[in-house]
Amino acid sequence: MSFLDYFRSKKTTSANVAKERLQIIVAHERGQRDQPDYLPQLQAELLAVIRKYVQIDDDMVQVEVDRNDSCSVLELNVTLPEHSHSH
Amino acid sequence: MARIIVVTSGKGGVGKTTTSASISTGLARRGHKTVVIDFDVGLRNLDLIMNCERRVVYDFVNVIQGDATLNQALIRDKRVESLYILPASQTREKEALTKDGVEAVINELSETFDYIVCDSPAGIEHGAQMALYYADEAIVVTNPEVSSVRDSDRILGILQSKSRRAEMGQDPVKEHLLLTRYDPIRVEKGEMLSVGDVEEILAIPLLGVIPESQVVLNASNQGTPVILEDESDAGQAYDDAVARLLGEEREHRFMTAQKKGFFARMFKG
Ligand SMILES: Nc1ncnc2c1ncn2[C@@H]1O[C@H](COP(=O)(O)OP(=O)(O)OP(=O)(O)O)[C@@H](O)[C@H]1O
Ligand SMILES: [Mg+2]
Repeated sequence: MSFLDYFRSKKTTSANVAKERLQIIVAHERGQRDQPDYLPQLQAELLAVIRKYVQIDDDMVQVEVDRNDSCSVLELNVTLPEHSHSH
Repeated sequence: MARIIVVTSGKGGVGKTTTSASISTGLARRGHKTVVIDFDVGLRNLDLIMNCERRVVYDFVNVIQGDATLNQALIRDKRVESLYILPASQTREKEALTKDGVEAVINELSETFDYIVCDSPAGIEHGAQMALYYADEAIVVTNPEVSSVRDSDRILGILQSKSRRAEMGQDPVKEHLLLTRYDPIRVEKGEMLSVGDVEEILAIPLLGVIPESQVVLNASNQGTPVILEDESDAGQAYDDAVARLLGEEREHRFMTAQKKGFFARMFKG
């Protein structure tokens, strides 16, 4: 690394921003790629069920399937709004 | 048995046709009998880049539909021996390419050719999927730019799930990264993704880096595959890529900004 590079590496260049954004989106899209076909439907139905009790936005329910060698895990993440009351 | 190589990218305008022309010319120049097929039905352009646009009589779709034989449709290159072009149809739609039709043509070509290079259309739809379906190897043409890198990753996903090799559970399609329109000066300024960045994100082996070069446009104006411009950086970079494709070890070049010294400036202008 040259003397100049040292100072350059301190500041965020637009190329660095591009790289970070790409790493995030590509990782996300790769995750979606191997997901089973039924997942979007499952996600929609889960959302509908949860909405009977709590008002949440579309992106508050994340459903993912994690495959290991021995088994698959269905991961369900529901983020509730800060002041959620049941009705 | 021919080796089938698809040149693909997802994103349009990144240099697939430029690459198909140069890689096929390079393979033929090294004595391998090579045919390059234009899969961009409806938007044929390979004929222009290869300078045979006025010699097109029959095309790929004519052969698939039985209106012409392969021998009638194949155009023999005038510069390089053992190089042939199979042009795309200009009047049909991409749907005219069927799996069975493409397979029949590829099987017949396989009997006499060493390499079949498939120039894919842009996108990830039917036309692009037909171009990559029978591939043994894929050259993923990528520009150092966010949308191109993302689209390359999507094409890699399709190669890994929807190619014949994937569907049949055979060895996967061999993937190669070809980074084109690379500008080392902008990379040094932090304005452009570096080779290392793109390699890290896509995680496939690097076949080569083709610099951004004015020679490419000049060559295409004249219908010369840029690899035949032996003096040019882009031409040499393509020649290196062909050598690597054939298993030769070649050090990567044109990846750092050339700082012209006083004498170089004096004599080269
Ligand atoms: N290394 C390079 N330096 C400068 N210009 C280039 C380079 N490579 C390609 N180009 C230019 O980029 C443009 C697009 O190239 P090309 O037609 O090969 O892309 P493509 O991927 O086949 O496009 P499409 O998706 O439309 O089929 C052309 O004008 C070409 O001259
Ligand atoms: Mg093209």
